[in-house]
Amino acid sequence: MKIHQISLFVENKPGHIVAPARLLAKEGVDIRALYLADTQQYGILRMIVSDWEKAARTLETHGFVVKVTDVLAIFVPDRPGGLADVLEALDGSGINIEYMYAFSDVRGDQAILIFRFADMDAAIARLQAAGINPLASEELLK
Amino acid sequence: MNAVLESSDVDCHPVSAPDYIPVAQLCEIQLQRLQTVVTRAWQQVELFRSRMQERSLAPQEIRSLEDIRKLPFTAKSDLRDTYPFGLFASPMKDVVRLHVSSGTTGKPIVVAYTKQDVDVWTSVMVRCLAGCGLHHGDIVQVAYGYGLFTGGLGAHYGAEALGATVVPTSGGNADRQIMLMKDFGVTAICCTPTYFLHLIDRAAELGVELKELPLRAGVFGAEPWTESMRKHIESMSRIEAFDIYGLSEIIGPGVGCECRYHQGLHIFEDHFYPEIVDPVTGEPLPDGNEGELVLTTLSKQAMPMVRYRTRDITMILPGRCECGRTLRRIDRIGRRSDDMLIIRGVNIFPSQVEAALLQVEGTLPHYQIVLTREHGLDEMEVQVEVTQQMFTDKIGALQGLHDRLQGALDHVLGIRVRVALVEAYTIVRSEGKAKRVIDRRMS
Repeated sequence: MKIHQISLFVENKPGHIVAPARLLAKEGVDIRALYLADTQQYGILRMIVSDWEKAARTLETHGFVVKVTDVLAIFVPDRPGGLADVLEALDGSGINIEYMYAFSDVRGDQAILIFRFADMDAAIARLQAAGINPLASEELLK
Repeated sequence: MNAVLESSDVDCHPVSAPDYIPVAQLCEIQLQRLQTVVTRAWQQVELFRSRMQERSLAPQEIRSLEDIRKLPFTAKSDLRDTYPFGLFASPMKDVVRLHVSSGTTGKPIVVAYTKQDVDVWTSVMVRCLAGCGLHHGDIVQVAYGYGLFTGGLGAHYGAEALGATVVPTSGGNADRQIMLMKDFGVTAICCTPTYFLHLIDRAAELGVELKELPLRAGVFGAEPWTESMRKHIESMSRIEAFDIYGLSEIIGPGVGCECRYHQGLHIFEDHFYPEIVDPVTGEPLPDGNEGELVLTTLSKQAMPMVRYRTRDITMILPGRCECGRTLRRIDRIGRRSDDMLIIRGVNIFPSQVEAALLQVEGTLPHYQIVLTREHGLDEMEVQVEVTQQMFTDKIGALQGLHDRLQGALDHVLGIRVRVALVEAYTIVRSEGKAKRVIDRRMS
C-alpha cells in the first residue's frame, strides 16, 4: 500500500538534474512522477520510478546521496473537489502532511495525489475508513 | 597465537632504548652532534656560511646547547630560493635519495639523503612504531603516498625494519585498501587522519565492520588533526590512534610520535633538536609556552637544517612523560602559523571550523572553506557535504541542519560566514594532505 519514493539531494545550480536523469535513462528506469522541492541553495528531487531498487542502487554507486521514503498514492477524479474530498477525510485527525504533490494524466480523467504523512499508518487507517484506498505500487506503476 | 601485549611489555622494545637515555648523556650527544652539523654546514653550504659571517660567528663559538640561539634561522623560502641543490652538504655521488615536497606556491623543494641519513630516518620510524606498541608480527598497511612524498617510503622502511609485514598500498583506491585490510588481517595502518576518515566512511558503505577486524592501531600524520577527530576515529573503528609528526625538510615522518600515554609527541632529540620561538620576533620561549617549533637536524649529512622554522605552532610540554622516556614532548600540533586565515581582520583557524562542524553532527563531514572577496570585503563560505546520515527528504529538516551549522560556526568563529550544503563527493578527496582552504581572494 505504501509506495517507495526515492529522494536525492541536489544543489540548486544549472545542470544538476541532468546527471541523475541520464543515469536512470541508461538503466532503463522510467520516472513516473517527479517533484523538486527547492530552496535558493539546494533542492530535494523526489521521484517515483518504475524500479526503485535499481534506481537507488544506480544513483548510490554514482555517488548520490539517496533516501528511500514511503509515500501514499491516491487516485482521485480529475475534477473540482477531487483533492478537497481526500483532505476532508483527514480533517480533525491531527495527522500532519509533511509534503504532497499531484499529477494528472492528460488523457484520462484521474489525478494522482502523492502524500507523505508524519504518521503513515494512522493516515492509511483514516483514509480507508473514509473509503479511500491508497494504491499499491503495482497499480501505480502498471 | 600471540598473547596480547600489555603496554608495559611493549615499552620494553629494545629498539626504544635510546628513548630512555639519561638526560645528561643526551645533552652531551646533542652538543657534540650540533657542533659537527654546524661545522659541516659551514664548510659545505654557502648560504649558511654567509649568514654566519654576517653575524661574525664561527662554528667554534658553539660551545653549549644554549649557544644554538646564536645561529641563524633557516626558512622554507631558503629551500625554494636555492632550488634544487643549493643547500646540499654532500656531493651527489653520496646522495642515495631525493624527495620533493610541493611548495604551496611556485617552485617545489628538494630534500636529499645519504645512506646514513636514510638509516637514521628508518631508525626513528622504528622507534615511533615501537612506541605505538607495534612489533614483529604486526601487519602494517602503509597508505601514505609512495613516491616523491616522504610519507610512504618513510613509514615503509620503518615498519619493515621493525620486522612487521608491510602492505605498501600507497594512497587511493579505498575499496581495495579495505579489501586488503580485511583479507590480510592488517593490524596497523599508517596514513593521513583524513584519509582514514574516508576509509571509515567507505567501509560503512561497503558493509565492512572495521570494529570486527584485527586492526588495532593507526599511526596518523602529515596534517594537523584534533582530539575530537581522534575520539571519532577510535569509536568508529575501535583502534588506538597515534599522532606522528615529521616534515620532509627535517627528514620526513618520524621526527616525533606519541607513545601509548598519548600525552604529547616525543621528539627524537638525539637527532632533532627542538626549540620554541615567538613566531613574530623569533625570540626563544620557555617550556610550556606556545610558539613556533624550530628544529635543528643533529645528524643529517646530505642536507643539514639549522634552526628550521617549521611554521607549526605548539609548545614543549614541561615535565616527564609517564612512559619514562627522557625525550621531551611537544603538544599536538593543532595549527600552523601559516594556516591562519585573516577574514575581515579576524584570525580564524581551520581547526575552529572543524570543531564547530563536529559539535553539530557528532561526526566530521567532508568540508571545505572557500574565501572570496566581494566589493572589497572578505567572504568565507563553509561548504559541507550532505551525507547519507544527514540527508532527509524534508526541506524543513535540511534547513534546520543548515541553521544549526550556521549557528555553531557563528558562535565559534565570532564572525558571520556562509554555510553551503553541497552534494556528496563534490569536494575533492585528497590522498595526501587535505586541502581544506581555497583562497580566491587574490585571483
